[in-house]
Amino acid sequence: MAEVSLKGVKKSFGRVEIIKGVDIHINDGEFVVFVGPSGCGKSTLLRMIAGLEDITEGTLEIGGRVVNQLQPKQRGVAMVFQNYAIFPHMTVRENIAFGLTIAGASRQEKQQKVAEAARILQMEHLLDRRPSQLSGGQRQRVAIGRAITRKPAVFLFDEPLSNLDAALRMDMRMEIGRLRRQLGTTMIYVTHDQVEAMTLADRIVVLKDGQVMQIGAPMELYHEPANRFVAGFLGAPSMNFLNVDVLELDGEVAMVGNQSLEPIRVATRRRPFRKDGKAILGVRPQYLRPVHSGKGLLHGIVAHAERLGSETVVDLTLRDERELIAAFNEDKVFEPGVALELTFDTALAHLFPDEGELQTH
Amino acid sequence: MAVNPDNYGLRLFVRYLVLCLIALIFIFPLVFMINSSFKPDSQLLADTSSLRAFLPVGDISLNNYFGAFRRAPVGLFVLNSVLVTGTTVLLSLLICSLAAFSFAFLRWKGRDVLLSIVIATLIIPFETIAIPLLLLVSKLPWIGLDGLHWGWLNTYRVQIVPWIADGLTIFLFVQYFKALPGELIEASRVEGANWWQVYYRVVMPLSGPVLATAAILKFLVMYNQYLWPLIVVQQESYRPVMVGLGYFFQLNVAWGEVMAYLTLITVPVLIFYLLLQRAFIASIASTGVKG
Repeated sequence: MAEVSLKGVKKSFGRVEIIKGVDIHINDGEFVVFVGPSGCGKSTLLRMIAGLEDITEGTLEIGGRVVNQLQPKQRGVAMVFQNYAIFPHMTVRENIAFGLTIAGASRQEKQQKVAEAARILQMEHLLDRRPSQLSGGQRQRVAIGRAITRKPAVFLFDEPLSNLDAALRMDMRMEIGRLRRQLGTTMIYVTHDQVEAMTLADRIVVLKDGQVMQIGAPMELYHEPANRFVAGFLGAPSMNFLNVDVLELDGEVAMVGNQSLEPIRVATRRRPFRKDGKAILGVRPQYLRPVHSGKGLLHGIVAHAERLGSETVVDLTLRDERELIAAFNEDKVFEPGVALELTFDTALAHLFPDEGELQTH
Repeated sequence: MAVNPDNYGLRLFVRYLVLCLIALIFIFPLVFMINSSFKPDSQLLADTSSLRAFLPVGDISLNNYFGAFRRAPVGLFVLNSVLVTGTTVLLSLLICSLAAFSFAFLRWKGRDVLLSIVIATLIIPFETIAIPLLLLVSKLPWIGLDGLHWGWLNTYRVQIVPWIADGLTIFLFVQYFKALPGELIEASRVEGANWWQVYYRVVMPLSGPVLATAAILKFLVMYNQYLWPLIVVQQESYRPVMVGLGYFFQLNVAWGEVMAYLTLITVPVLIFYLLLQRAFIASIASTGVKG
């Protein structure tokens, strides 16, 4: 069990800076998920914690000890890889016991710990099989088994579920959640799947281009995103962004609107705006509701609708030709070409500065 | 496109026919060698003008084999060759795979430059370095049971040591190692393995195919050694099989005995090949990484 602390951590490959100064403090026993789009540096950051990549600058502490220069085995971490990385020439038993064998553990200790791991992961019957005789989910279980036998201070997961099919992924997700409650060890988990991030994490770290965009509890990030990137990254379908004009500015509240949007008052949340300037209004598709003609805040025409049973996702074209996605919590038929008016709770909307606007002023 | 069953059968037949013909081209010299080894010289030479050359007909006996054993110490030559070849193959697999492991997995200064130099040595023919190498080995020291010696001529080691490391074998290993899933190496590192443990617990057990390939290539090179042992070994007791062939090419070439000798020295090659072929097939296991 250990805390993990990254202070001003940077990583460069030649002249290209991949990680541009990251500060994260992970508490003992915490489950932290790194999310971000491909190439954001989340896997690199995890590999730096594991000791598989050098740290160009900054310090990394595990359990209060600076480990920058330590070999992977001296850091007390265990890692589960996306491709399972179990040894094909060993049986499941030998795979799980690999770390113990390397550490020179006695036969009795190995037997006991392998049995314990097999019991936790419910794979006692697979111990004498070879990896080629296992399914993808079972292989990943072996990889997890190998990680838990050494009782590491920190578990690292590098997209462990992305090679599994959807049904299995859900099972394994729940299993990892259960494992986490059972072991109570610090876990760092990298994924690009926001469902995994939202369901597993105590805290999520959203990364983009090697920088931390926001750190916080899943619901905090969902309801109070620090910036437009986080707002758009979490939630499915993703948040709608409307280009709006700032009509009035009154302390913490701005009056905004455009051709398709009736003027509304939205909290600025201390972000910088300029009267008569541009801004971006973020509204989650789930917050939109259809209303009778004349009462709507947004006006559009149905372009396409998808009925999912529990939900209907409607693609609308607004008056200014921009697209808007609405997700209604019911099964309803929307014919393409029909005019539709929508409303939403303005307290749930987010106003973001227009980056282009900020740069020019 | 649907497969036409008739057409498919015909194509299969033609394919097998072509393959059989090609196989025959390779087999005929062997068949000729083995058949001729049982025939007296007069019949052997007469048969070369007809298909009888490939058939065990006429005056068949083991006389050529007795003759070959009388003319040359066949057993000693085969033993020498097997000893030199076997030792070189084993040492070569060890040394070259260790070198390749370093080139493929470790990070050190000058690694890539050195690897390109190693690969560049492939284009240098042995004949060009034979004389400098001879001068070198003739002056090398050796500490044996009876004290310090200078010069390695007329030994087994002079036939072994210069052939252990070679660019081709290292290159084969490097290419194979680089194609192994990197996660397996990383996983073993994270699990606490040092590089030596990664080498013998993870990389080597997964290297069956390349070990078999490198061993076969090295075996063929070593078993067929002629020029090098000819110039560094003058004593009969260290002579390998190919140099021993010279015993049969004197005033009157005894062709039947030559064929008998060649048949005898081919046996270890066949045994070695059959053994490794099994190892080769057994080593083709599925990987533990999702492909």
